[in-house]
Amino acid sequence: MTHEPIALRATGITKSFGPVRALRGVELELRSGEVTALMGENGAGKSTLLKILNGDFRPDDGVLSIDGVPTVFGDPADSRAAGLRVIAQEPEIIAAVSVAENIFVGSLGSVAYNRKALLRRTRDELKRWGFDRTIRAEALGSELSPAQRQIVEIMRAVVSKPRIICFDEPTSSLGDDEVTLLFALIRQLQAEGIAVAYVSHRMGEIFKLADRITVLRDGSFVGTQLVAETNHDELVRMMVGRDLSQFFHREPAPLGKTVLELRNVGNQYVDGIDLTVRAGEVVGVAGLVGAGRSELMKTIAGDYQVATGEIVVDDHVWRIRQPADSIRAGIGFAPEERKAEALLLQRSVRDNAALVVLRSLSRWIFVSSRAERALAKTYIDRLRIRTPSAEQMVGNLSGGNQQKVVLARWLATTPKVLLLDEPTRGIDVGAKSEIYAIIDELAHQGVAVIVVSSELPEVLGVSDRIYVMAAGRISGELTRSEASEERILALAMDEDVAA
Amino acid sequence: MSTHAADIHDGDTRPVLSRMLGGSAGRSLGLVIALVALFIVGTITAGDRFASFDNILTIIRFASIIGVISIGMTFVITAGGIDLSVGSVMGLATVVSTLSWVQNFASSSSWIVMVVVALAVGGAAGLINGIVIAYGNVVAFIATLAMLVASRGLAEVLANRTTQIVNEPGFLGAMRGELIGVPILIWIFVLVVIAGWFLLNRTTFGRRTVAIGGNLEAARLAGIKVKRHLMYVYILAGLTSGIAAVMMLARTTAGTSTHGTLYELDAIAAVVVGGTLLIGGRGTIMGTVLGVLIFSTLTNVFTQNNLSTSVQAIAKGAIIVVAVMLQQRFANRSRK
Ligand SMILES: Nc1ncnc2c1ncn2[C@@H]1O[C@H](COP(=O)(O)OP(=O)(O)OP(=O)(O)O)[C@@H](O)[C@H]1O
Ligand SMILES: [Mg+2]
Repeated sequence: MTHEPIALRATGITKSFGPVRALRGVELELRSGEVTALMGENGAGKSTLLKILNGDFRPDDGVLSIDGVPTVFGDPADSRAAGLRVIAQEPEIIAAVSVAENIFVGSLGSVAYNRKALLRRTRDELKRWGFDRTIRAEALGSELSPAQRQIVEIMRAVVSKPRIICFDEPTSSLGDDEVTLLFALIRQLQAEGIAVAYVSHRMGEIFKLADRITVLRDGSFVGTQLVAETNHDELVRMMVGRDLSQFFHREPAPLGKTVLELRNVGNQYVDGIDLTVRAGEVVGVAGLVGAGRSELMKTIAGDYQVATGEIVVDDHVWRIRQPADSIRAGIGFAPEERKAEALLLQRSVRDNAALVVLRSLSRWIFVSSRAERALAKTYIDRLRIRTPSAEQMVGNLSGGNQQKVVLARWLATTPKVLLLDEPTRGIDVGAKSEIYAIIDELAHQGVAVIVVSSELPEVLGVSDRIYVMAAGRISGELTRSEASEERILALAMDEDVAA
Repeated sequence: MSTHAADIHDGDTRPVLSRMLGGSAGRSLGLVIALVALFIVGTITAGDRFASFDNILTIIRFASIIGVISIGMTFVITAGGIDLSVGSVMGLATVVSTLSWVQNFASSSSWIVMVVVALAVGGAAGLINGIVIAYGNVVAFIATLAMLVASRGLAEVLANRTTQIVNEPGFLGAMRGELIGVPILIWIFVLVVIAGWFLLNRTTFGRRTVAIGGNLEAARLAGIKVKRHLMYVYILAGLTSGIAAVMMLARTTAGTSTHGTLYELDAIAAVVVGGTLLIGGRGTIMGTVLGVLIFSTLTNVFTQNNLSTSVQAIAKGAIIVVAVMLQQRFANRSRK
């Protein structure tokens, strides 16, 4: 295995963004027919390295060679010409055209094309790579779910028959079934002798998939290990620079009275939801993709209208018709899609953190910059947000740090109820553990917390009690001691409820 | 910060110029440089006729009316919208506040009545725009295009296609005067700019405007009442058209339906050249002011040199394209 030919070698790669050194002296080797995992904390520089491979950025220093020949990528077209494809963390999908056109967008050419042939070809490719049941070739870009968008992005890369493919956190928006399909796809690529780079924060995936692991920390190269010769703890040590003795920080807090109660809540997305959360309690919501978990959160948060039933916060029935109402009731909501639904990417960390509590930082209509800065600083420290300053544009932060900014925004409201939809998606092990510690701390302060997560170990690790959803309804409720992955899955696939 | 703090070093390696021009202050600096260049050209070609105090006041006075409208436009564009009706609403407001019964009422009470009427007309048009766009879910481009056409028509009907002379001496006395050697019109412009700057940069209103333009869904989920706020933004734009109408009446001493023709395009050009993002989410009042000044200086330089307005229009077009291209370049450079 060690003797596979090296398809791509990067040495001494260095890249700064103004004062931020994103990469310094990074080494990477990708071998044909091998999967190399790229790991590191949020902001370690993984995406930046891949963007350099994609020709988006030019490195300040260092050499890239393809098959031993040094090359310079001026733009993404050069990279593609060299047989390299990078699948971005945030896919760009054209909303107004079909999946087929989105997939072949790079190779449509300027002359009129034959739409029928294109659709046929798309169907063939989807079938070949196992996604024919997941996506229709005719579906419009705007109709796609985040998972489907990710798959379109992946298809775009594979149909161009590259020799090297890099994936940047491809599974963070996929459900379990799609992840299985993706792994099969990667195995197939590998069998065809393609070199694969794979970025993920999920340890389980890495051990299942990778042959080799390259670890970055703070932009520096830490080392490359063969998977067969390393283990979970060593990797964590390499990434974080210390031991993570206790991954799930969770000590059940003394429970107070019921803070949030849903009585028979329903609308076009969910049906007959009865749910309670007590002060100091962390309630998990599990279920398959499409079970209505995010929709339920959005209903509580006022994004979707409640059609039947009522939402009670602190013994008071609230008429929640828009998000502002739910915020007034003391509910905070960190949505699943942080870029699309939460962040102002063009604005600073300070602006983003202060957005909801702007009123309280202002005198009459005038916002106090000092109060804003103090708030930003508090949360940068408390959540360990890695940013050169509170003035940094959020769009320039790494994914995990962006998520922490969203959390900061809601913690600043000192909510009674906090709804966290996939709070650790795309977040590294160290930061994950920190976020679990924060959730635990919030519970001890008497906040009622709901955590929606597709990762079962996470739901099991943080929750005092778990609701399982299927087809827009609650199909079961488990206490911490009753819950197990098997029982959750059984309830999530509950046919009676779905019928 | 913790031991995981990002590594910060001071030696930014980008060239000084592009570093300076990359930031938001830097973008304005680029415009200042352009403005200075125009001044130099003006001074060389037209000498003292150009570089006199009086001529500079002329330039600013010329800029002031479109400038006030552009401030309102800056808010609309920052919020992710567009308002094509600003010019014709201004025209309508000049007509309504010079109707004979309004002027009669004004002369029997106070000239302030004319000001209030102009503001009310602008505000009402903005309110209608706002309701149609925010609550009727009509695309801003279409809704305000309709308002452009309709208010031009209404102004023609009301004025019967005539020019209505302002004969209210109190109004003319107050508005055509000077304060410490500077015309009132310029003072109004300065006040609107200062108010606009504070409103955009230092208030909850400004923050919300930016948030809505930057990410509508995020703004909504953050508890901003997006529809209501958008309505306010269009009302604000309408009000600036009303203020501009008052200034127009003072300058021309007449109200007519043709006032403000194509002002919407001048305002949009000034805003965009100034560095406000046309897709929303980033706005700059100082940039807009500089944009307006650049265009009015350009006009002045051309007029001083007896060049035709057609040549002027070509130069204007070129400036818009070059300015936007430069901005994108620097924006990219600062990102990479
Ligand atoms: N365009 C940019 N301008 C300024 N700083 C940037 C830019 N892009 C990235 N950075 C910074 O470079 C560092 C590396 O970011 P990068 O996105 O590569 O991290 P990552 O390892 O992919 O993290 P994550 O796991 O969170 O996705 C971070 O500190 C980030 O803030
Ligand atoms: Mg990344």
